[in-house]
Amino acid sequence: MPDTSMPPAVAPPVLEIRGLTKSFGTNIVLDGVSMQVGKGQTVCLLGPSGSGKSTLLRCVNWLEPPDQGRILLSGKLMGFRDGGVVPMNGMELARARSRIGMVFQHFNLWPHLTVLQNLIEAPIHVQGRQRDEVIGEAEVLLDRVGLADKKNAFPAHLSGGQKQRVGIARALAMRPELLLFDEPTSALDPELVGEVVAVMKILAEEGSTMLVVTHEMGFAREAADEVVLLDLGRVVEIARPTEFFTKPKTERARQFLQRYVHA
Amino acid sequence: MIREFAIVWANSGQLLNGLLNTAGLAVLGMILSVLLGSLLAVLLMARSRPVSLSAQAFVDLFRCVPFLLLAYLVYFGLPSLGLNFDNWTSGLVAIVFYNTAYMAEILRGVWRGLPRDGIEAATAFGFQGWRLFLRIILPQVFLIAAPMMGNQMIQIIKDTAFLSIIAVPELTHVASGIQSQYYVPFAAFLAAVLLYWMICSLVEAGVFAVERLARERR
Ligand SMILES: Nc1ncnc2c1ncn2[C@@H]1O[C@H](COP(=O)(O)OP(=O)(O)O)[C@@H](O)[C@H]1O
Ligand SMILES: [Mg+2]
Repeated sequence: MPDTSMPPAVAPPVLEIRGLTKSFGTNIVLDGVSMQVGKGQTVCLLGPSGSGKSTLLRCVNWLEPPDQGRILLSGKLMGFRDGGVVPMNGMELARARSRIGMVFQHFNLWPHLTVLQNLIEAPIHVQGRQRDEVIGEAEVLLDRVGLADKKNAFPAHLSGGQKQRVGIARALAMRPELLLFDEPTSALDPELVGEVVAVMKILAEEGSTMLVVTHEMGFAREAADEVVLLDLGRVVEIARPTEFFTKPKTERARQFLQRYVHA
Repeated sequence: MIREFAIVWANSGQLLNGLLNTAGLAVLGMILSVLLGSLLAVLLMARSRPVSLSAQAFVDLFRCVPFLLLAYLVYFGLPSLGLNFDNWTSGLVAIVFYNTAYMAEILRGVWRGLPRDGIEAATAFGFQGWRLFLRIILPQVFLIAAPMMGNQMIQIIKDTAFLSIIAVPELTHVASGIQSQYYVPFAAFLAAVLLYWMICSLVEAGVFAVERLARERR
C-alpha cells in the first residue's frame, strides 16, 4: 500500500500566471490576472471582445512583455533569467518561446513555404532538430489533421479550415509543452468551423495542454477542463464548464452567457 | 551594306568579348548590389533612428548622383585617396555603389508592406534576428520584389554602357571601337543593340520564372 498520508509530489502546472498587468498607454488591458493550466488540461479563456484575451496569450510568450506579474512555464520563469531580475535577451526569449506552440485567428502561415515546409521550418531552424526525423514527424501530423495529400501545396491554395489545420499541425511540430489558441475558428466560414474544432477536441482528449481563447461555446462545454471568464482585464470567474454553463456564480458571467450562448 | 556587316562579322570575336564584359559586370554588379542592398535595407529598417537616418542619407546621396559622374569619381577621383582600381574594377565599384542604394530602397518598400502576420508567427515560434530576416522576411520580400529587381537589372545592363568613357571594354565600347576603325557605324551599333536586346530578354525570362513562383504562393 502506498503511503497516502503524505501529499504526492506535485509537478508545477505547465502554465502559471500570477498577477499579470499590462497597459497600453492609459488603457489598462490586463489588471492583475492569475490563473493556471495543469499538465494535460484544456482551459478555455472566454470573454467579450476587447476584454484582453489576445493580450493575455501574447504576454504568455512575451510577444507583449507584461508590465508586472510572473509567467511560469513548468515552474520556469518566462522573460527573465534565473533569479527573476535580468530580462532575457533575444536569443533566450526565442528559445523559451519555442517551447510554446501558438495557433492564430488568421492562421499566419508562411506564404513562401509549402505546407510541409511550414511544419518543419521552426523545428529545424529554431530547435535545431534532425531534418529527417522532423519530416517524418510532420508527415504523421499532417496525416492526423487530414492533410497528408496537401503537403506540397502552398497555403494560398487551401481553404480556411485547411489553413487552420496546418496552423495546428505547425504548432504541434514544435513538440510544445503548451499550446495557445487565439480564436482559431473566428475567421472561418461557419461550415468550416467543425473540421477545426474536431481536431482540437482530439488534441484535448489526447492530453495536450491547451489554453484556448474561443467563442465556440460547444467546444468549451465539451472539451474544457476549466473555463476562465475575463472581463475588462480581470478574471471574473474560474469554473468547471458544467458549473459555468449551468449555474454561473457571478452576475457578470450570467450576462456573458446571455449574450454569447442564449443569443 | 553587306560589306559593313561582313566587317562586323569578321570582328565578332571582339564583340563577343564586349558582350561577356557587359554581362559579367551586370551579373556581378547585380549579385553584389542585392547582397549589399539587403544589408542596407536592414539598416534602413533599423529601430535606431541614427542608424536608419544614416542609411537613408546614403541612399538619397547615391540616388541623386548621375551614374556617369559616379563612374568618373571612382576612376579618376579615388586614386587621390590612394585607391587605385583598374578600369573594369572601377566600373564594377560604381555599379555596385549606385545600385545598392536603389536595391535597398526597393527591398525596404516591399518589406514595409509585408503582412505582419507571418513575422509575428515566426517570432512566436522562436525566430529572431538574422534567422528571422534570412528565412522568413527576405524570401517573401524577394518574391514580391522580383519584377522591380528585374527592371533594375536591365537598368544595370544599360548603365554599363556609360563605362565606355572610362575605357572599360564592354559592348558599347567595343562597338564604338569597331565603327571608328572601319567606319561602319550602322552595322556596328546595330549589332550591339541586338546583343543588348538579347541579354535583356534573358533577364525578362528570369523575372518571368520568378513571377511564376510568386504567383503559386499568392
Ligand atoms: N498593441 C496594442 N496597442 C495598443 N492597444 C492595444 C494593443 N493590443 C491590444 N490593445 C488594446 O487592448 C484591449 C484588449 O485587446 P485584446 O487583448 O485584443 O482583446 P480581446 O482579444 O479580448 O478582444 C483593446 O482595448 C485593444 O484596443
Ligand atoms: Mg482577440
